[in-house]
Amino acid sequence: MRNIVEVHKLGMKYQSLNGEINAVENIEFSVAEGEFVSIVGPSGCGKSTLLSMISGLLVPTSGEIRINGRTVNGTSEEVGYMLQKDHLFDWRTIKENVLLGLEIRNRMTPENKEYVYNLLKTYGLYEFKDKYPGQLSGGMRQRAALIRTLAVKPEILLLDEAFSALDYQTRLAVTEDIYSIIKKENKTAILVTHDIAESISMADRVIVLTKRPAVIKSIHEIRLSCENRTPLCSREAPEFRIYFNEIWKELDVHVEN
Amino acid sequence: MSKIKNQAISPDHINYLKKVRRTKLSILFTQIIIAVLFFLLWEVLARYKVIDPFITSQPTRVIKTLVNLYNEGNLLRHIGVTCLETIIGFVLGTIVGTGLAIVLWWSEFLAKVSEPYLVVLNSLPKIALAPIFIVWIGAGATAIIVMALAISLIVTVLEVLNGFLAVDQEKIKLVKTFGADKRQVLTKVVLPSAFPVIVNALKINVGLSWVGVIVGEFLVSKAGIGYLIVYGGQVFQLDLVMTSVLILAVAAAVMYQGVVYVEKVLIKNNTHSH
Repeated sequence: MRNIVEVHKLGMKYQSLNGEINAVENIEFSVAEGEFVSIVGPSGCGKSTLLSMISGLLVPTSGEIRINGRTVNGTSEEVGYMLQKDHLFDWRTIKENVLLGLEIRNRMTPENKEYVYNLLKTYGLYEFKDKYPGQLSGGMRQRAALIRTLAVKPEILLLDEAFSALDYQTRLAVTEDIYSIIKKENKTAILVTHDIAESISMADRVIVLTKRPAVIKSIHEIRLSCENRTPLCSREAPEFRIYFNEIWKELDVHVEN
Repeated sequence: MSKIKNQAISPDHINYLKKVRRTKLSILFTQIIIAVLFFLLWEVLARYKVIDPFITSQPTRVIKTLVNLYNEGNLLRHIGVTCLETIIGFVLGTIVGTGLAIVLWWSEFLAKVSEPYLVVLNSLPKIALAPIFIVWIGAGATAIIVMALAISLIVTVLEVLNGFLAVDQEKIKLVKTFGADKRQVLTKVVLPSAFPVIVNALKINVGLSWVGVIVGEFLVSKAGIGYLIVYGGQVFQLDLVMTSVLILAVAAAVMYQGVVYVEKVLIKNNTHSH
């Protein structure tokens, strides 16, 4: 399969008055079309920096990222970004919220609007289109946030700890929901998380990063014996625990004295 | 929740509701009593010459003055002049202040450069500038409005700018992922997020504008409530002074409640949450 994202010798150094912070170093990987890749690493290791660079929000200090063969230079419509919280705007209705991307990109054509309305219909939010975010449940808000991202038809979705603001039960349900939508819409996805179980449950491949400066420690192909892969079913597969333990050891988490 | 709904209202709950109602009523009752007693005492003490009504005035004389002013056809003109100056002052203060805050939000360099100047201007008692305004602009309504503006402007700039800077960076990141430029960040996120702060600035500005307008009228005007107070003081007509102060208290309270009401409507239309 074709590689849609190629990350080559990527590095990021932050400058501050107290000196230079080496956040990310020499990262090299690629993502195939339709693939779901998770990136795990200890908190504050530079995972979010990596995603920001892929999205074009942040310019790397060395190396390059190519999407569909073209070097990333600023944000593009090919890449959609999901943040930790849904960040739906309280002052906009659900409809106005999901149209935000089209509005900013000045692409409010009848066809594009129709496309978004169809997404709302498909995913059961159409009847809530005139409601305000405060009137929706956490799971529905997350779904609306995903539709807002899908509205501009990105090929790649970047999920930055996208579920970590939710409580555990809601999180499992939302993960299930968002995963099925991503698969149904045939999107390539990169998920950044500190949660090992979550990373395995969704991904085809898990990339493990080290502490700062983040470099790639290992890459795990996830092959689970479940028929229809969903995050919940993945968690029940017999191999799940093996992957979990492997990655757990590599992350080398311990309480410091 | 449903449990409570399905239950018949228990006697305990009825008692509780009654108690809450009773407390509310007794608070209102006490408030009214205090006002009535105050005016009654004032009237009685003045009537029996315990206090000198020439320097303290008295409620009946206040009412007489009020009627006289009204019959001369001047009452509404004075109130109108002062209210208009105040409204122009606080609306202008809010608009210009928000505009300046936008400029300072836009350019971090300008914000940093202007910081010490804003601090000095903020701590300066703006009333000290009144003579300068009068010399520059001339003795008239414009100088009074400029005075009101001077008092509220810097506070508004600082308040609104802080509101802008407190906007969730992640929200800004979100619109940036859609390729938003600085103008779009401002109009799509920063302004609507800081909207409650701007409305709150409006509320603060009402009070400040009253101060500016009354001080301005003390110094230059030929009409308005502040003019009546100063004129009454100069000709030793305490009836006029007391009447004007009472009018002022009512006008200021009405205008403040008006802004609170506007705030409620605007914020309700603006957030809808919960």
